[in-house]
Amino acid sequence: MKNKAKNVAFLGLCTALALILAYVELLLQPLFPTIPGIKMGLPNIIIIFLLYKRGAVPAIWVSFLRMVLVSILFGNVMAFSYSLAGGFLSMLVMIVLKRLNLMSEVGVSVAGGVCHNIGQILMAMLLLETVELGYYMVILTVTGTIAGVLVGLCGSMLIKHTKKSSKYC
Amino acid sequence: MGDNKKNNRNKIRNDIIFVAVLLFAAVVGILYLFVFRESGNTVKVTRGGELYGIYSLSEDITEDIHTVNGGLNRLVIKDGKAFVDSASCPDGICVAHPPVFRNGESIVCLPNKVVVTVISENDGDSPDIIA
Ligand SMILES: [Zn+2]
Repeated sequence: MKNKAKNVAFLGLCTALALILAYVELLLQPLFPTIPGIKMGLPNIIIIFLLYKRGAVPAIWVSFLRMVLVSILFGNVMAFSYSLAGGFLSMLVMIVLKRLNLMSEVGVSVAGGVCHNIGQILMAMLLLETVELGYYMVILTVTGTIAGVLVGLCGSMLIKHTKKSSKYC
Repeated sequence: MGDNKKNNRNKIRNDIIFVAVLLFAAVVGILYLFVFRESGNTVKVTRGGELYGIYSLSEDITEDIHTVNGGLNRLVIKDGKAFVDSASCPDGICVAHPPVFRNGESIVCLPNKVVVTVISENDGDSPDIIA
């Protein structure tokens, strides 16, 4: 029972952290004004961390809650459908790749970041009934890959350094 | 322990290969889409997935596109390039987008469901392959 409460508190904390990272990302947005839709995917640090520490289910929960909260706080319903599509595809690919155990956290994070963009673009193509978004795809693949490496490195550092204090996570 | 280390090294090698393949694919895509594309001569605007209007890139115009959700995107064509000058959307991504002029380039406003795409219309004097 006590463990369950601890678990809920821990996941709540992770959700809050992911939310803050999403906010930081929003603040950094004006730095890249000419590249539409560019995002670092900072909240993915927390998702990667959870995926490796706690497994798929808590990671899915925090990822979903984060998207709901971000769209309530900073976005709109339209943006929510995009981010949900991106988040779902990204999560699925990361879970499968982690199972396959071929790459480290960094590779998994890169795949997650790129798939997040692909999911969003596919959703946009569906909603706008247009296929002219290939441009976004190639640019976002480059930025998503670079950001994914940084996010993955942060995530793997977090995983390594929390090994000792396993009492809390 | 030694096995684990070797396993980790393999994983990092796979990471690097994966990243390299992705970047290579993206570079090929960029070269294909941006460098080897020719300039277009026409701008096609769709609103909510339906055709809204066709404009020539050779004529300087300012067109207010009233969107399906009651918003506005101001399309400007100047010096053979098209861009969105101002818009009611919250993200402003379409306004920040650099001017488009290459065949197939597009500016997308997701919130307003407006897509501006550069196309190449046949001028009439070019031979029609199908007919
Ligand atoms: Zn816009």
